[in-house]
Amino acid sequence: MDILLPRTLDEALGMKSDHPEAVPIAGGTDLMVEMNLGHRRPPIALDVHRLPELRQWRCTDGTLFLGAGMTYVRIIRELPGFTALAQASRSVGSPQIRNRGTIGGNLGTASPAGDALPVMAACDAEVVLAASGGRTRALPWHQFLVGPKKTAIEPDELILGARWRVTRGPGSFSKVGRRNAMVIAIASLCLVLDEDRRAVRVALGSVGPTVLRVPQAEAFAAGALAEAGVWDDPAALLPPEVIEAFGERVAASARPIDDVRGTAAYRRHACGVLARRALRWAIEDRQAGPAGHGRPAGSWGARC
Amino acid sequence: MSISTLTKTRGGVGESVRRVDGVPKVKGEFQFGSDLWAEGMLWGHTLRSPHPHALIHSINVAGALALPGVHAVLLAGDVPGKKCFGLEFADQPVLAGDRVRYAGEPVAILAAVDPETARRAAAQIVVDYEVLPPVTDMEAALLPDAPRLHEYGNVLRHVRIVHGDPDAAAEVWVEGYYETAMQDQAFLGPESGMAIPSSDGGVDLYVATQWLHVDREQVAPCLNLPAEKVRVHLSGVGGAFGAREDVSMHVHACMLALRTGKPVKMVYGREESFFGHVHRHPSRIWMRHGATREGRLVSVRARLLLDGGAYSSSGSAVIGNASTFAAGPYEVPNALIEGTRVFTNNPPCGAMRGFGAVQVCFAYEAQMDKLAKALGMDPVALRLRNALKTGSALPTGQIIQGSAPVREVIERCAAIPMPAAIPMPDAVSMPKEEGGRRDRLSYPGGAGNVSRGEALRRGVGFAVGYKNIAYSDGFDDSSEARVKLFAGSSGPIAEVHSAAAEVGQGVHTVLAQIARTELGVEHVVLHPSDTLVGSAGSTSASRQTMMSGGAVQLACQAIREELFDRVRLRAGMGDAPLVPDGALTLEGGMVLAGGVPVGPIEAYLDEPIERTRVYHHRPTRAMDAMGQGDPHVSFAFAAQRAVVEVDEELGLVRVVQIATAQDVGRAINPQAVYGQIEGGTAMGLGFALMEEVQVREGRILNASYTDYLIPTILDMPPVEAVLVEEPEPGAPYGVKGVGEPPTVVSTAAIVAALRDATGRALNRVPVRPDDLIGLTQPAASAGPPPAPDVPGPKAVPHYWGLTHGQGTLMEPE
Amino acid sequence: MLIRLKVNGEWHTADAEPQASLLYVLREHLGLLGTKNGCEQGECGACSVWLDGEMVCSCLVLAAQAHEREVRTVEALAGPEGLHPVQEAFLEAGAVQCGFCTPGLVVAAADLLARNPSPDEATVREALSGNLCRCTGYVKILDAVRLASERLRGRTA
Repeated sequence: MDILLPRTLDEALGMKSDHPEAVPIAGGTDLMVEMNLGHRRPPIALDVHRLPELRQWRCTDGTLFLGAGMTYVRIIRELPGFTALAQASRSVGSPQIRNRGTIGGNLGTASPAGDALPVMAACDAEVVLAASGGRTRALPWHQFLVGPKKTAIEPDELILGARWRVTRGPGSFSKVGRRNAMVIAIASLCLVLDEDRRAVRVALGSVGPTVLRVPQAEAFAAGALAEAGVWDDPAALLPPEVIEAFGERVAASARPIDDVRGTAAYRRHACGVLARRALRWAIEDRQAGPAGHGRPAGSWGARC
Repeated sequence: MSISTLTKTRGGVGESVRRVDGVPKVKGEFQFGSDLWAEGMLWGHTLRSPHPHALIHSINVAGALALPGVHAVLLAGDVPGKKCFGLEFADQPVLAGDRVRYAGEPVAILAAVDPETARRAAAQIVVDYEVLPPVTDMEAALLPDAPRLHEYGNVLRHVRIVHGDPDAAAEVWVEGYYETAMQDQAFLGPESGMAIPSSDGGVDLYVATQWLHVDREQVAPCLNLPAEKVRVHLSGVGGAFGAREDVSMHVHACMLALRTGKPVKMVYGREESFFGHVHRHPSRIWMRHGATREGRLVSVRARLLLDGGAYSSSGSAVIGNASTFAAGPYEVPNALIEGTRVFTNNPPCGAMRGFGAVQVCFAYEAQMDKLAKALGMDPVALRLRNALKTGSALPTGQIIQGSAPVREVIERCAAIPMPAAIPMPDAVSMPKEEGGRRDRLSYPGGAGNVSRGEALRRGVGFAVGYKNIAYSDGFDDSSEARVKLFAGSSGPIAEVHSAAAEVGQGVHTVLAQIARTELGVEHVVLHPSDTLVGSAGSTSASRQTMMSGGAVQLACQAIREELFDRVRLRAGMGDAPLVPDGALTLEGGMVLAGGVPVGPIEAYLDEPIERTRVYHHRPTRAMDAMGQGDPHVSFAFAAQRAVVEVDEELGLVRVVQIATAQDVGRAINPQAVYGQIEGGTAMGLGFALMEEVQVREGRILNASYTDYLIPTILDMPPVEAVLVEEPEPGAPYGVKGVGEPPTVVSTAAIVAALRDATGRALNRVPVRPDDLIGLTQPAASAGPPPAPDVPGPKAVPHYWGLTHGQGTLMEPE
Repeated sequence: MLIRLKVNGEWHTADAEPQASLLYVLREHLGLLGTKNGCEQGECGACSVWLDGEMVCSCLVLAAQAHEREVRTVEALAGPEGLHPVQEAFLEAGAVQCGFCTPGLVVAAADLLARNPSPDEATVREALSGNLCRCTGYVKILDAVRLASERLRGRTA
């Protein structure tokens, strides 16, 4: 096994081009586990953790760009206004893991249980990829995450980061595990309201081969909010049976399996519960309004 | 030191003194087995079977041996002596010969210059297996047409306890079926040790273990060495909980060291650790309780089945324990209890904290709650009405002769204040400032951010349980200690030499406290624990404080006698006149006569005084064919009340508070006793809520800390503990062991609270989220299997003459 | 491959196998055995160290990633004047049993108190949630952090 230690992004892209078999390593929270247990020994590891270009975020022209090297702890500290993203980041592993694990790692590993992935899916994120020679491209998240631990990245590419258009409105991330800390998700859910488009967007983790969006349930919720007049009047109430029906639709869209962490039946059920709660919380948070509390949901308080 | 000022000896019995090994542990300087290092050492590695049941036709090691850096590859044929080892019966191969009986069974071992080379070499070994159908269900193992896993069949032991008239009529009956899963000890420091060949052809084994001498009893015959050429030394132990009672890497490391002539270190990784030690027996339990309308127990019928996996380990004692405790800490005039421990191709099971008492406590306490409900009685009142006391007869006919403050632990536990009701967030006024609501971490689901307080139900559960102290069934698991009192440069020093394994519980600190109190000397040093002193018996069965504490006390008393003889002799020579008839005592480094100082202790230590003494507990008597006898030494009782919050929609749980009262006899080190109660409770909490070694078709599916979950600091509630100190007659200072009772009761108490919160039956642990929201039905059974047709009441291999291990160590017959 | 790293203030060079973790290099090459190997999966926290000031699981750091970096281990906590207040508090509160998790927990507690000298209980629990302990049930560990926090505040007050 060889290790490549590039100092700049250009150097890293050149190395990746020369050694397409090289496996990038950043926080090591996925790859090192496999290596320590002897399950995987890549011929070459490419350390991208210290590349300054990947450790940045910027919020410009209404778009948030998160460098692949952004760690969860930095998201929690530097981007608290992006509440769903911050909540997902805070639910990752332990402080030690959050100090080390990165957004790029979550994307590159492409586990259906990756905690930040539902947030990126709900935000319609694009994954920005680069190869040497100045070639970059952006893939919508669903074209990038193509299966369990499978992505559409080309062997000569590295993940630069993810970006999405910042929307106005509340949102949240929740994750069910069997222990009260440090668990891999049995099921997770991110829900965001897009005030300007009057849309509801929901993504599910750990209940399918990749992160899932639930377009029918999303449309149903947006329509129900419109019908109840909630978009125009935050004080308007959404009938409980509508919230119930939304949960059922979300649950029906899950594609879970049984594994050591949980049963398919429970996962489906949990999706419904998380969906109902997330929608209720979003409505509650709208009632309070962005000024009503310090740390709103979604990207309510964040502007670019 | 001034002769005229008398200070009380500090750091003695009853004080919460600091651990003797505390400073090196907080500094990271304490040497655990995995920290051992020797010049020129090699790393040992184990190749394990991927199949739960298979024949081995051939093993080709040429590829491994050809790798540079590989010094030896050894197979079953290379075992120099006996091919098998075992705590009770030598039925477990050092290395599988022609057959493997569980997935993870060692097949080959090798030594290489570093772990990476060892791992690569192991991958080069080619084993030709013929896979056989595995027996993986404990009831299927009892079927007549089941494949026989051992020549003596699939039953290790069948215990039958007949007490009074099991057919006695009762007015109210409740019935239940219960299941418990396989639990792992999951100690933080995986199996580790190092073997160093010695010039006399023997070997020194440094190992993290619970009983040095029983290790040697098993290791030496396999190496074909006399016992004295196998010197076993205790290395730092990173937790034990029963998992280090059996031999793991011991023989392997010694074989490799003797073959290569170099020190060989073996350290298991976390995954291998799940295959490297025995687990808590999974159980199926059928129970029927009959009572009068007033709530007096009339009859208990219990049928127990324990899945022991592939080998015996300590399974015979575990089923004995489970059977004798099946009726709970209650007076039961009539009982029929039958327990069977079977062999399957599942991972071997043996000792784990609670040792058979955990499984039955979960069942009998569920039964007591059912009975209370059927009678319309308060569950605590029902337990009080039937509580055992000194003089009570147990189903085995044993009369409790020692202390049995069952009523006291129940009453004092019930009297602990309930936790404050945490105000529920007001959904209508939500959201407020985040400070206005409960911290999200305090809801069930914790860090997952799944709740703002929805669908929370609080439940309260109560459980009482008990556990024996020390070994049972006629074993004399004595303990030896050697104490030396000598004059140091700045006063007298006592050196304590005991083979008692310090596994984290604090026995070495306790032994030092006892030496201080007995000898009036504050400076106590502990000789490293090894086999150069006699056996201390096992650090298990909650026995070391009583047994090795007793041995140190005896040795110190003998030293005192000699010291007092010297004082009297000196006084007779007119040296320092004694107070007439004043009794001699030792305190604060001084000899006192009638409470008056006569001189510093070291003044009488021109010659050091050394004494070696052996402590024996009172003899016990094994059960006869009807399960009657006097099997246990003494008992410790505990009551716990659990308060839980359940998210009724997600089936997630937060334990809010544990209140507990425990019968400890006498707390030698109260802070350490509370520590045992808290830690033991955490292990029971884990078993109630999350801990399960998932085995499918004989294979462990979750051999990692990622998927075998143990409680984190966010899962553990405050523990309000009360110590009930009613001294045990005949035991040193009246002590009882304290490590196991909390684990015995906490699982039962927490599940009772979950039943209270959800109204669901919950007859299987660990309880899954699915169970709490009704996605799964309670575990079901068509009824208990018939009693197997095997000789009893001793374990079946006994009748085949297959005895070893503890048997030869403790039963001179 | 040759890896140069500064550990507890001193530069070291280790000739490590490329796949080696920082944990392995600390323990087997540099003989710093205070950092423990409990799972090699980042689940138990027994291998916690500071890498460029940030607390990480050293088992999840490829040793080469620590090249030219600064590492601080549990061995650096106690000074010539005695134990770190967290270590002292662990002893006094009875937060140590088998001791295998202790170095990692001492590091995690010291890390927390360096950033937040007066954490509330929820903060302490969250900060220590990556450190498994099988012996104590965590009750006395919480006591120890509380005690250390009081002492540290008393010192700066």
